[in-house]
Amino acid sequence: MEFASQGPWLSNDGPESDVVMSCRVRLARNVAGFPFVVRASDAQRRELVQLARQVVLESNLSKEMIWVDLAEATARDRQLLVERHLISRHLAEADIPRAVAVSNDETLSIMINEEDHLRMQLIAPGLRLDDLVQRIDAVDEALEAKVDYAFSPRWGYLTACPTNLGTGIRLSVMMHLPALKLSNEIERVRRAAKDLHLAVRGYYGEGSESAGDFYQISNQVTLGRSEQEILQEFLERILPQIIEYEHQARRMLVERNATLLDDRVHRSLAVLRNARLLGAEEAMKLLSRVRLGVHLRRVDGVDIDLINRLLLQIQPAHLQLHVGADLAADRLREVRATVVRKALA
Amino acid sequence: MKCDFCDKPAVVHEVTVKNGVKKEIHLCEAHAQEAGVAMPTHQPINQLLTQFVMSHSAKAGAAAKRKCASCGITFGQFRQSGTLGCPDCYEAFEKQLAPLIERAQNGATHHRGKSPRRAGSSIDRPHLIRQLTKELDQAVAAEQYERAAKLRDRLRSLDTELSASAGGDPGVHQGKGKANSP
Repeated sequence: MEFASQGPWLSNDGPESDVVMSCRVRLARNVAGFPFVVRASDAQRRELVQLARQVVLESNLSKEMIWVDLAEATARDRQLLVERHLISRHLAEADIPRAVAVSNDETLSIMINEEDHLRMQLIAPGLRLDDLVQRIDAVDEALEAKVDYAFSPRWGYLTACPTNLGTGIRLSVMMHLPALKLSNEIERVRRAAKDLHLAVRGYYGEGSESAGDFYQISNQVTLGRSEQEILQEFLERILPQIIEYEHQARRMLVERNATLLDDRVHRSLAVLRNARLLGAEEAMKLLSRVRLGVHLRRVDGVDIDLINRLLLQIQPAHLQLHVGADLAADRLREVRATVVRKALA
Repeated sequence: MKCDFCDKPAVVHEVTVKNGVKKEIHLCEAHAQEAGVAMPTHQPINQLLTQFVMSHSAKAGAAAKRKCASCGITFGQFRQSGTLGCPDCYEAFEKQLAPLIERAQNGATHHRGKSPRRAGSSIDRPHLIRQLTKELDQAVAAEQYERAAKLRDRLRSLDTELSASAGGDPGVHQGKGKANSP
């Protein structure tokens, strides 16, 4: 599988990009007249894949759409798609007929036979949720012109799990919160998020760890509010608060703990520049600290785009793509260290 | 102490204070029952509990066995897996699902977002209009004017769409002229 050298959502030119790495919106939809994926027969699942393929390719959603039959794809290709946030782990690992359509600029992906028949998502660097919500609406309408969705006047768009019911919309932002983590205040964010009915997840969404101080924050309530109301609440009430928390924590670090901050940042950079073996988790943590250092201007000569890019390139499937072979865990750590060392030399 | 109404011993004693005036009532078992006053019972507590649990679990048991006619899953299976079998499950289990959804969705009981706009889609528009009209009446009655205004707007746009699609090609997308520009 071929990709441009980096995920487009990794660039550093989005709004609030010092704290918000990327943002994402996804809609869950099901086709009327079929059981939900978990209850459908393999024949019905295949039928859904065929139907979706036809509808997606006819809808002119992007200049070019790449169709990947995931049942046929290699494990490495599926992992590559997970690392690029184009499919979920759940979809990568499921053992049923399933597929994904990806726009050639990698901003749009449509998963077929995830928990719901269709899960369409748009991803962008920085904080541009309002733009994404508008664009996903257009994608939704283009598909809806060709396929009947399961819908009820009372419950809205019907989803396999009632937690997605109604709008089926999930807004997520990938936030980099290293200062809150360093000052042990991340729990405050978690508690506040819980009170506001938000989910806080790790780097790869549901069930994943918050590697490298990256946290994915998303809305939980999908029913009883319109898409715009959900968006406005997220944009006006929730995100500015968390961004301000992190900014405050960063200011405090600079004002009161500059030595500790500099030590962490430069020590991390030194390890990245010299290590001969690097685990993925360790590398994420070190890159996260250097990223903080660059944004706070504590280091010179390190390009923020390079750091963002490395966060993707150190992932297992990307390293294997880089060397063109499947690697054992030990060899993977060695290759990771080499890639990072050369990039930061 | 004797019952206020007969010579039998009183088993229920109720004391109420209203406007600073204390009022006591003492009733025998028969008169208490007649008055509808909660009775201390002679049943042992474990028997009471068993009855309570049985009546609830019998109800829960019946609910768990409830089946969706379209896909065949039971409500009990849904409780175990957290996923429904098909879109029709929402209707089949509506009574059982409603409180669960309300809890999971922070008190929400009805959809308020967009709905499919395609003319000739499987959506039963007359039904939707009836439903929205009912909701509009309820909103007005509850003096939820902001919500009422939104419902009225949706009804108006549905009316426009219905009359537009009546004259148009049923297979053609009848969007409301919403901005679809990238």
